[in-house]
Order: sequence, then C-alpha cells, then structure tokens
Amino acid sequence: MTELLDLAHAVVGRALPGEGVEVYVARGKDTEVRAYDGEIEQLATASSAGVGIRVVVPAGGEGNRVGFAWAGSLEPSVVDEVLRDARDNAAFATPDPDVVLAEPDGVPVAALDLWHPGFAETSTDRKVELALELERMVRHADPRVRQVDSADYGDASVEMAIASTTGIAATSRRTSAFLSVSAIASDGKGTQTGNGFSVGRAAAELDAERAADDAVARAVRLLGARKPRSGRITAVFDPRVVSTILSIVAGALSGDTVVKGRSIFAGRLGEEVAAQAVTLVDDPTDARAFGAARFDGEGLACRRNLLIDAGVLKGFVYDTVSARRAGAVSTGSAVRGGFAGTPGAGCRAVVLSPGTLDQGAILSDVGTGIYVQSVTGVHSGVNPVSGDFSVGAEGLMVRTGELAEPVREATVASTLQRMLLSIRHVGADIEWLPGTAAGQTLAVADMQLSGA
Amino acid sequence: MSEASQSAGASADAPLIEPSVLERTLRAALRRGGDMAEVFAEDRQTSGASLDDRKIEELSSGRERGAGIRVVVGETTGFAHTADLSEQGLLAAAEAAAAVAREGGGGVRTVALPARRSALRHAEVLPASVPKARKLELLTRADDVARSSGGAISQVQVGYGDSRRRILVASTDGVLAEDDQVRTRLNVVCVATGDTGMQTGYESVARTVGFELFDTLDVDELARTAARRALSKLSARPAPSGEVPIVLAGGSGGILFHEACGHGLEADHIVKEASVYTGRLGEQVASPLVTLVDDGTIGAEWGNFAVDDEGRPAARNVLIDHGVLTDYMWDWLRARKVGRASSGNGRRQSYQHLPMVRMTNTFLLAGPDDPEEIVAQTPTGVYVAKLGGGQVNTTTGDFVFGTTEAYLIEGGHITEPLRDANLIGNGPEVLRRIDAVAGDFSMTPGTCGKDGQSVPVGCGQATMRITGVTIGGTAA
Repeated sequence: MTELLDLAHAVVGRALPGEGVEVYVARGKDTEVRAYDGEIEQLATASSAGVGIRVVVPAGGEGNRVGFAWAGSLEPSVVDEVLRDARDNAAFATPDPDVVLAEPDGVPVAALDLWHPGFAETSTDRKVELALELERMVRHADPRVRQVDSADYGDASVEMAIASTTGIAATSRRTSAFLSVSAIASDGKGTQTGNGFSVGRAAAELDAERAADDAVARAVRLLGARKPRSGRITAVFDPRVVSTILSIVAGALSGDTVVKGRSIFAGRLGEEVAAQAVTLVDDPTDARAFGAARFDGEGLACRRNLLIDAGVLKGFVYDTVSARRAGAVSTGSAVRGGFAGTPGAGCRAVVLSPGTLDQGAILSDVGTGIYVQSVTGVHSGVNPVSGDFSVGAEGLMVRTGELAEPVREATVASTLQRMLLSIRHVGADIEWLPGTAAGQTLAVADMQLSGA
Repeated sequence: MSEASQSAGASADAPLIEPSVLERTLRAALRRGGDMAEVFAEDRQTSGASLDDRKIEELSSGRERGAGIRVVVGETTGFAHTADLSEQGLLAAAEAAAAVAREGGGGVRTVALPARRSALRHAEVLPASVPKARKLELLTRADDVARSSGGAISQVQVGYGDSRRRILVASTDGVLAEDDQVRTRLNVVCVATGDTGMQTGYESVARTVGFELFDTLDVDELARTAARRALSKLSARPAPSGEVPIVLAGGSGGILFHEACGHGLEADHIVKEASVYTGRLGEQVASPLVTLVDDGTIGAEWGNFAVDDEGRPAARNVLIDHGVLTDYMWDWLRARKVGRASSGNGRRQSYQHLPMVRMTNTFLLAGPDDPEEIVAQTPTGVYVAKLGGGQVNTTTGDFVFGTTEAYLIEGGHITEPLRDANLIGNGPEVLRRIDAVAGDFSMTPGTCGKDGQSVPVGCGQATMRITGVTIGGTAA
C-alpha cells in the first residue's frame, strides 16, 4: 500500500502552481469459481489496477473548474497521459466556487481491520471444492430440487490510496469472499427459483450450509404459487427486500440529490418523515457492515451519521462539494465506483435501529397480510424523485399470523413517503447483507397489492 | 483537438497484438491440454460530459486496454485477464487460464491462425477528433431548451458519452477477427415540480456511429420530449391496479419482448433447463402476430457490431416466426454442446469478462393494424407511451416492465396521464395475448444487464395491444 501511496504522491507532486490534483489508485485481485452438475464450469482469476485523477484549476474570481480522467493501468506513461487528459478536461467545466478538493478535517479514523489475515491462505483447490460442495448440498437437499442454475464462490482483495495537493493521504485495503447459489425446484406442475448466499471477509467466514438451505427453502416454499387477489394490505418485507428499499431511501438522503432538488427529503429537516419506530443511521465504522470503510472516496475518515431519529429527519450525507453547496461540511460520505468514477455523496452502511420483535412475532401481530420474499423491477418501478414505488413481488400470504399459501405474478405499490410513515414494525433481526444497507424484517401498512 | 487525443489517434490503427505473439500465447494456453484457447484483446477509449444544475460539472476521459484469455477443457472454462499486452503479460495470463487443464498431456500444439477478418467501422467522424467545446454546446443547448419548455421544470441533467472499442479475437478454433466499434449517446433527465411533488422525464438517443449522429439528431426535440414527460406527470393520477388491456406505443415497448422471451431464448438458460422455453422449438409459443428477430447487423442501432466478442460475424436470427418458436440465441460454448454454429450472440462487457449469450437488437416485426385504430378499439385500458426497463426470471417466465409515460384509455381515447408503475406478467401467457400489431415500427436503445455484465442493446416494435396484463399502481 505504501507503494500505491508513493505512486499517488509522485503524481500529486507534478501539480502546476495553483492547480489542485487528487490521485486515486487502486489494485485488486479476484477469483471466481462456478460449479455446475458436479463439475467446474468456470474458473477465473484476475488482477487489475488503475488510476483516477481529478485536476482543479482556478477560474479567475469565479471559482474553480474540475476535470477527470482515468485508466485501467498504472504504467508510468499511461498515468502521465491521464494527468494530461484530466488537466485538459478541467479547462471546459463551468467555474464553480463550491468545486474544491477535500481537506483533512481532523476526524480520527476508525480502528477497522477489513483485511482478513487468512485470506491468502485459501488455495484454489479449496475454492473449487467450496463451489462444488455448495452445488452438491443444494442438489441433495430436497427431492423437489431439479436443477442448480449456478453455484459460485468468489473472492476479492483490494488496496487503494488517495493523495492530493490539499494534504489528503489515505490508504486502505480490504478482502471479501462470497458463496452464492440459485436453486430450481419443481413439483411436476410448476417451477420456482430461490437464491441463497453467504458473505464474509475470507472463505473461512462463509456458511455454505446456510446459503444452500436458504436457496432451497425459498424455491420450495413458492411451489404452487398463484396470482393473489388485488387489495389494500399490510406487507411484511423479508430482510433482503428491506436492504434494497433502504438503499433507495439512502439515495434520497444523499446531499447531492438534496441540493439539486431531486430528493423527496429536500427542505424537510426537522420534520416527521417516518413512523416513530424508525431511527436510521449510516455507520461505516461498524465492522459488521458489509460497506464498512476507514476512508471515504476523498480520503476523509468515515464516520457515523444520524439520518432519521424516531421518525424525524435529522441529516443528510455529504461529500466536499455537495456540503459546500448546502452550506454544510463533509460528513465523510464521498463514494466512488473505483478508479473510473468520480466522488459523489452517498451512504455505505445504512441500518435501522432494531425493534424488539423477531419475524415470527411480527407476522403474528400483523395477522393478515403478504410476506414479500423477493422483489423485481426495482430499477424500473421505483422513482426516487417522485417517490412512486411499484415492484414485482413473490412470497406467501399471511393468515392468522402465520405464513400461508404462496403467491407470484403480483406487484406491491405505494410511495416511499407513505411507506416510511406506515412502518408498523422494525424487526430485531438485523442481517448484515452485501450492499449499502443491512436488512431486517419490516411491516408496512397500507400497500396496494395488485394481482388478479 | 487536445494533445492526448492526437496521440491516441496515432496509435489507434496499429494491431493490438502481433500475429506471432498471438500464436505463441495460444500455444502456451494449450500447453497443459484443452479443447480450445482464445485471446480476446480490447482497447477502449471513452469520453463523457455531464451538465447538472445549469453547470458543466465535469468532463471525463477513460482508457482501458487488456486481454482476456480463455481455455476450454471439456465442460470447464479457465479464464484470466491482464492489462499488460506485452508477450510476457499475455503468457502469464495464458498460464493462469490454463491452470484448469490439470491432466496435462496437451503437449506442444501448432497453432495456425487464419487470415485476419477486419471489420469496417461505421463511424464517419471519430468523437476523439471533435473539439470538446463542440460536445459541450450540445449539453447547454439541451439544458436551455428543456428549461424553456415550462416554468415547472426545476432541474435538468444532460449526459453525453462516446466510446471507441477496438477488439481482436484469435482462437485455436480458427478465428482471427477484429472490430472497431464507435458509439455515441446523449440523454436528458428533467425534474418538474408542482403541487403534488416532483416528477421526472427521460429521453435518450444512442447509436453505433460517430459524432455525425448530431448532423441529423434534433437535440431540441430530445430535450423537449424529456421535459414534456416530466410536465405531463405533474397532473398524473395513480396508475390502476389489477389486470387491464395494454396498448404499447412503438419503440420502447420492445422491452416487453426483451424480457418476456428474449432472455428466455438465450441458450445458456436453455442448456441448463433454466428457461420456460426449454424444449419448445416448433411449438406455438406466441400469438400468430408475433415474429421476433434478433439482428446485430441493422443500420446503426445501439446493439450493433460487425463481429461479436468471440469473433463471429453479427447475424440476423429469426427466433419466433408467426408465433412458432424457431430458434434460440447461441454463443460458441453453448453451440458446441449441441453441435451447431454460434449465432453471433457471444458478447462480453470487457476483456475482464467471459463471453456469454446476449441479445443484440431484438424486435417484433411490424403488423397490419393502424395504431390509432388500436386505441379507438380499446374501450378501457392503459396506453404506455414509454417504458423504462424491466426484469425477468427466465426459469418461471415471470417478468416486470416499468412505465415512464402512460395514460388511461377511456372510451377508445387516450385521456389522463398516470404515475409510474411496473407491470407484471408471465412470458408465454403475455405473448399469446397479443391481439393487434401496427405498422409504425421504431427502435429504442438500452443497456442490458446479465450476471453482472452490461452491454448495449436495441429493442423495437410497433404499436401493439395485449388483452390483459397486471398493472401495479396504487389506485384500487
């Protein structure tokens, strides 16, 4: 990592007088194994590296201009070209007084170690074995499993460094590993599918049995599913679905969408935006969160940010530029999509404060409703600007407080605004799922179920 | 023109890898045995610009260059990639990819490549040769026009992007081919604010051409369309719920076919029996009005190319002929399994990815009906003017697709605008319920995601009607 930081510093050292330069370098290795029908279908190994450079130049008294360039290589001649391109691009942006590079803000860095010491010890043979074992488990779990579409093992290690002319110098590294499997179940009349997965920081942390059980249970319990009747209903969302919903809510809490007037939460600080049971934080300093990180995408320390407190909107997350536009300070929430992306404001590790009831108790309190196991069409049916929410849903009806007959080919709809206010229960069952939000059971009243 | 784009232009016509190096790399890849080895090299240059909140926020340029090496041994594929196109880098990647061939016994194999098949690119004006200021004029023009479309337009985002992707594929299966793919796009997203909150409107144009796209494209019209969509939804009422007749306007309605059957006809799902269309060749799977084609060769559509990412020429494939399932889409690996040729549908996001079966431009052929008549003969229902996207479970056939511009049909007339919603249906059932197809064919560009890889695709159809689909609005 020192080597990466040295490289970043060397480029920063070539800034012209008056010019701001920020260099982001990253290097990674990954492996992916796919098992199918007792054989290895694919084994892919790769290492990659790249650089992303932002150049900020003053534009007289009107502010600054920024330009960006990137390349999937750390070759010195390529890095030179990237710096030149970024500089050339900067000449064309609109001058803006809020466009500046991040400056060190003295916030201490969380003591997180996201690099699993045993990561490198897992041999390729062991990885292959894990994928094969996962496939075997699912195939033999239940006579109704007729096919395993894919059983995957994957892992990755990433190291990155950021340095800038404003004094930023940050390095971090992380490892991750996952198992993922998709089961196809059939009862002779119909076919259903279910996915299961397990994530960790190394192979040793993965739970193949749980991934397999989950995939099989989810596929099998949907067999015989039919289209439900339309009507108003209370929906109990599976933790995985809740993780998806929370990541959309988190997007609307990005300071960038707020200052640009594209958020359902704009202008509503201090107002009641959710049911009282809702307290939402973004806390990348929690090591249990998949999105845990020491530094944000601009090299500032990640920190815990309170977003909604007992239903009242308390804050947004900002990167340096969106914070200046809002008259605030960065919350250490710059996110970027690797070296090819520029920083923007976003959450990494959103989680709801847990309630007191587990899923069973929530179902029994709800009495009648629909348990939504999975959703589809989130990108096509949820509009985070208007708040319109309409997704394909499959799951089980809830009758007399218990899971009952399976349903499919239905949608559940509302608006994000109304859903937040109609949350009846937040589960006690936090699951640290991959993505930017944790999952837990959530009961939301007054949803429109659309089926037959 | 900047210095950087000049230097990139000068190197852009040299071969990515010398033939002798390719031969040595392929030989090394098969040293431990194996049925096939392939080198896929890629050099991609992209440039983009975004305008948001009345400001040109940023220009960006990117470059990616590298090679992916695949070794197939029986049912197993080994894959490795490298950003180092030197012989040393390629040999190291070949060695890593070959690790799947454990039995050894491959020995020294002579690798002879055929004559190179080069493709001509469609682009007349390489975007890298266009001054950046000229690209930015498009953004400010679109912003101005969108904002002047109505006082309720409160925010406008405009995105421009171009890419040049040069690929080279060489395999021991007798392939040596190159392609030079240039793509250019412009999109506008508007936000309108009114008493009922905010609404969005989106429109984009994306073609497999160079900057000459803007010789004929009416940027003003593009911006006005996006603005009109946002404005009209300010007075929109909640979409209905339950099953209703649907009339889909020509163009983006093609997403329905992409989801309802396109993915389900990809042979990787078929050979694993993970598609509702498995084993149904020759059967009537759709209304006789449905003739569905996947064609990577038409005009300058977004899903076009000269050769696919396995070096096979793009082709026109009829998938459903008057409702009868005639063929699936194939890549090399799945075609080999059943002893046939690839249909030119082997694609990958980049050199860092393995190819798989992907659609190109998938569309329904036009029919005999009149678009206005179709609406007039629909007493009640929903008219979908623009779809935004969709998703499918190929195994069950259940799929969703979302509206971004839709209206009620009452008494055979298009009436009130509706808020966004998803529709849900089952592929084979919905295809049987198509009872009218008009002649006003058009295409829409899109990005298709599958198994973590995104590729550009086209979708198309003419105005058509489905007798019943479940729409997921909030109105009872």
